[in-house]
Amino acid sequence: MTMVSELVLTRNQLLEISRRNEDSEFKVPLQRLSNVTAELQEGVMKTRMQPIGNAWQKLPRIVRDLSSELGKQIELEMHGADTELDRQVLDLIKDPLTHMVRNSADHGLESTADRVAAGKPEQGTIRVSAYHEGGHIIICIADNGRGLNTDRIKQKAVQNGLVTEADVEKMTEAQVHKFIFAPGFSTAAAVTSVSGRGVGMDVVRTNIDQIGGTIDVKSVPGEGSSFTIKIPLTLAIVSALIVEAAGDRFAIPQLSVVELVRARSNSDHRIERIKDTPVLRLRNKLLPLMHLKKLLKIDDGASIDPENGFIVVTQVGSQTFGIVVDGVFHTEEIVVKPMSTKLRHIGMFSGNTILGDGAVIMIIDPNGIAQSLGTAAASHSEIADENAAARANSDVQLTSLLVFRSGSSQPKAVPLALVTRLEEIAVDKIELSNGRHMVQYREQLMPLVEMEGVTIRESGVQPILVFADDGRSMGLVVDEIIDIVEEQLSIEVASTREGVLGSAVVKGQATEVIDVGHFLPMAFADWFSRKEMRLSATAQTVLLVDDSAFFRNMLAPVLKAAGYRVTVAQNGQEGLAALRSGNSFDVVLTDIEMPEMNGFEFAEAIRADRRMESMPIIALSSVVSPAAIERGRQAGFHDYVAKFDRPGLIAALKEQTADVKQAA
Amino acid sequence: MDANVEGADRGITEYVTAMIGGQLFGLPISRVQDVFMPERLTRVPLASADVAGVLNLRGRIVTAIDMRARLGLAKIEDGRPPMAVGVDLRGESYGLLIDSIGEVLKLADDSREVNPVNLDPRMAKMAGGVHRLDGQLMVVLDVDRVLEINPDMMAA
Repeated sequence: MTMVSELVLTRNQLLEISRRNEDSEFKVPLQRLSNVTAELQEGVMKTRMQPIGNAWQKLPRIVRDLSSELGKQIELEMHGADTELDRQVLDLIKDPLTHMVRNSADHGLESTADRVAAGKPEQGTIRVSAYHEGGHIIICIADNGRGLNTDRIKQKAVQNGLVTEADVEKMTEAQVHKFIFAPGFSTAAAVTSVSGRGVGMDVVRTNIDQIGGTIDVKSVPGEGSSFTIKIPLTLAIVSALIVEAAGDRFAIPQLSVVELVRARSNSDHRIERIKDTPVLRLRNKLLPLMHLKKLLKIDDGASIDPENGFIVVTQVGSQTFGIVVDGVFHTEEIVVKPMSTKLRHIGMFSGNTILGDGAVIMIIDPNGIAQSLGTAAASHSEIADENAAARANSDVQLTSLLVFRSGSSQPKAVPLALVTRLEEIAVDKIELSNGRHMVQYREQLMPLVEMEGVTIRESGVQPILVFADDGRSMGLVVDEIIDIVEEQLSIEVASTREGVLGSAVVKGQATEVIDVGHFLPMAFADWFSRKEMRLSATAQTVLLVDDSAFFRNMLAPVLKAAGYRVTVAQNGQEGLAALRSGNSFDVVLTDIEMPEMNGFEFAEAIRADRRMESMPIIALSSVVSPAAIERGRQAGFHDYVAKFDRPGLIAALKEQTADVKQAA
Repeated sequence: MDANVEGADRGITEYVTAMIGGQLFGLPISRVQDVFMPERLTRVPLASADVAGVLNLRGRIVTAIDMRARLGLAKIEDGRPPMAVGVDLRGESYGLLIDSIGEVLKLADDSREVNPVNLDPRMAKMAGGVHRLDGQLMVVLDVDRVLEINPDMMAA
């Protein structure tokens, strides 16, 4: 493989030379060489990709042997065995994986007697899962055992001279847990035939380091621990777009690049601002923008042209955003080289590479950028994840709100995620038909709904908020769009007026939060009912648990619209009561961040009840991070959906209820 | 690095000397791979201040460490291109940026003295003792400690 990598690099060098000499007679044969190299590379890559299941083949056997040797009941779950990855990578992680599973069986899971004493099911579970995430493979090994013994690790770390006693006391649990990766670190008191033989987690880490991966551990005392390994899909070659920011070049993997847009002040595509947040209006969608040099803190002082620039439209998972760069050069097949361990903590980069001209450049990790999109929320969620167990009522949830003015001078707000688009429509396009204002919008007639006290202007343009659902759109006429803010949304004074959920403090000002559910039927009287009619014969029941009145009010109509019968509960206790009351539910939908009994505890409580063991539970959260999802999986959630992701929520509901039908 | 590790049999260690910010330093020759002129250094945004950047040395990617920053010395002023000493640590290549390279000295281990207690703490952390030479002092650099750039510490 290295040979192919070198061949590609040499080809790149030749191409670089021929690019500089315009009329070279080498051009044609070089092009041919280039094509052949590309084909060869593709062929080699294909033969190299293997399902990760190959590395797992022996695990069931190993676990079975261990189970009888240790006298524990162990169940091994394996998910995503057909996830493919590079053979070279596979070889390097095979042994670490086996080692970690042995570890989980020996140290992680308690003996049967201990488990029973702790009120857990006799059988311990080890779950191995693998999945793709934006050019990386995530492998997770989790057990529901006793968790890492923090005190023992502390003691051992001090004993081994890794840290002073004074320092260790200041460390967080997560920092202490990292010591298990130190060379020669074993807390096993006795050497058994299974483990404690000196081949420790440090070997695991060394192997993973070699392939440019990272390993992380999370542990909750009494509930289990999980190891997450993140490794690049392949060590080899990816196609990348070479861009420039503040005089430096960077590579962005083509895989996540959707398109390139040149923004100019006088064209359709221009960078606009909502207060200080730059956005691009692209085919009538608002795209959040980020300047690469600001992200990387390499602002050269040269003023950023506010309206011009090259925008790399990037997609990570379901998130689409634009990265603004100073220049775009060309695409190049780059050979990914792992970053030095001294640089691996920088989330913005996934590796580095040598270009055709011999220079080293950094490869941007689109995942890292996507995470920084919601910096405030993301960094908060990390902390929240770290003490998942201790997470409590003090959780602050941030919601993006669109603040606008309509009717009165008092600002109004609506969660941004509910708004499909913001439009400015020329007043002369607005037509009156059947006594209602309409506008021709995307070859459809879109009804306009005026909020109380708003009149459509005489001339000029009229800002409207477009809400769309299942192919239909309606426009809410407002006077002025003011700002987008991230705020903790708590409705302090409930409203008795229709169309207003209540008042909240947004940016230090009393703001009315509007109830979109009130306006949708004004546009189409059958907005919520049409689908219900269609589906009522098979209507399934959903229990919605959320402490926030706002979300209950917002989600219940959405669910009803999708054809579900909804029962709401304000907290975990109420939810459990409803479940035990004899009413049957097909699926439970619960918020995570709730006072007293949080969503994880709620799920565990349901799981603990024999009658409801197989009840599908979907978690709703404003915080969606891989760690939180893993935590949710351990607690027994079937799915994990972001609060504002309505299509995702409906899809998850459909999937879970479909499972039930099949099972029945 | 303990003195006794290198050349323990004869009690003599060979050092490559280097000038950094007017001070003479010695690196155990057993750790030095090569000496080169760093060219086309690519800076790495968001990295620790001690990391000067990355560069391509004969097809390998080398992480350049700014020794002046590492030792807490002032930035180089005369704009002269620095030299680099190539060292390896756990399979990765590093280049320590120095002002100029000196000669190779053979010094007896027993003539080495412990760090003076009033040595600048940043430097003391990376110094493995001091040799008295004619007219000047040579600080022995402990390569492993020089490369102990802990990302966790920077994040905090």
